[in-house]
Amino acid sequence: MLKVDSICCVRQDRCLFEDLSFELHQGQIVQLEGQNGAGKTSLLRILAGFVRAESGKVMWQGVDIAKDNLQFACDTLYIGHKTGVNGQLTALENLAFWLETHGLETRQDLLDVLAQLGLVGLEDVPVRLLSAGQQRRVALARLWLNKAKLWMLDEPFTAVDKKGVVLLQQQFKKHLAQGGAIILTSHQDLTEHFPELSRLVLEYRF
Amino acid sequence: MKTHDSYWRLFSSIYKKDLTLAFRQRSEIINPVLFFIIVITLFPLGVGPEPNLLARMAPGIIWVAALLSTMLGLDKMFRDDYVDGTLEQMMLSPFPTSLTVLAKIAAHWTVTGLPLVLMTPMFALLLNLESEALTATLLTLLIGTPLLSLIGAIGAALTVGLQKGGVLLSLLVLPLYIPVLIFATSAIDAGAMSLDYSGQLAILGALLAGASVLAPFAVSSSLKVSVS
Repeated sequence: MLKVDSICCVRQDRCLFEDLSFELHQGQIVQLEGQNGAGKTSLLRILAGFVRAESGKVMWQGVDIAKDNLQFACDTLYIGHKTGVNGQLTALENLAFWLETHGLETRQDLLDVLAQLGLVGLEDVPVRLLSAGQQRRVALARLWLNKAKLWMLDEPFTAVDKKGVVLLQQQFKKHLAQGGAIILTSHQDLTEHFPELSRLVLEYRF
Repeated sequence: MKTHDSYWRLFSSIYKKDLTLAFRQRSEIINPVLFFIIVITLFPLGVGPEPNLLARMAPGIIWVAALLSTMLGLDKMFRDDYVDGTLEQMMLSPFPTSLTVLAKIAAHWTVTGLPLVLMTPMFALLLNLESEALTATLLTLLIGTPLLSLIGAIGAALTVGLQKGGVLLSLLVLPLYIPVLIFATSAIDAGAMSLDYSGQLAILGALLAGASVLAPFAVSSSLKVSVS
């Protein structure tokens, strides 16, 4: 589905990686690893289309993502370090807003999703009053609500407790079983067993 | 998914969200309005309460105050969304970013521009502005303040990624406000002398039409640069 063709990324006159090529197929999960500053987030941002690579191409279903944005935008879900959750709004408002701005149906079972994530009773509290892990859970609730095929997750487990990590990985499995693909960065090893897991290690370069 | 309806739904949902946020942090609404009131009430104290002098200066005072108070809220227009990552999410949505931007500009105008228009009759009284000139002032503000929001949004989008973008923002945006100021005050002057000012209004209207079509594209491109 996703094909990365010899991309290269330069940051502050330092080449983070060059001539990087890989492919991502249905049902596959890739874990990006590497030291701090190795370029994991930069790679994800290139894949999401925020930054253009210095050279090389990123293809989605055979089309360059710089050319056909619409199909790519419909098929991907990106959750970065900045989660896109507004602290002044409540969890419910945040999710409803996200659904509306992504052209998805406003769902009636938002409360059930929040309940699954252990946010019951907190749905009408402004998100800034919640703990860091709970705020992250509000952002990650999108994993239950989207129709995207490719998930790009930057450190999804940050601040999430052990039970939450297991819950997320179960959702990953469900997504992979439905023919989706996942690319994520994480310093933690995945605790569940994924048969289709591959690792991509970025070396820190000087 | 790409129907007329869903575009409208996107627009209204962003517009509603921005208004909700503005009403939750009321200082955002009150601050520009209060600034407008203070500047205008200080002028008679500064230059003396001579009615003819005030009436002569009123268009300039009202317009400069409107211009500066619009500037106050500009910096905030995309800042919060940039900091919490909402901007990134909006760019990855299947909808055109220019539509998102237009909704945000509309919300900005509703919060900062519209209250100024509504309060102007009161200040006209304070500054001894005659009813002929008041009509002209209201009309120019009604056409001009959305224009200020549209032009200002370009500057706000360009500087949103900077740590201290405030000074640069003023430098970028204020020169672009000058044509609006010139035509608006000239319309009010003509109105005060009971002359026809439809020409100036037509130019402001043309500027508004041009800006509302072109500015969203400029803003969305600038945002893409700021996010990358």
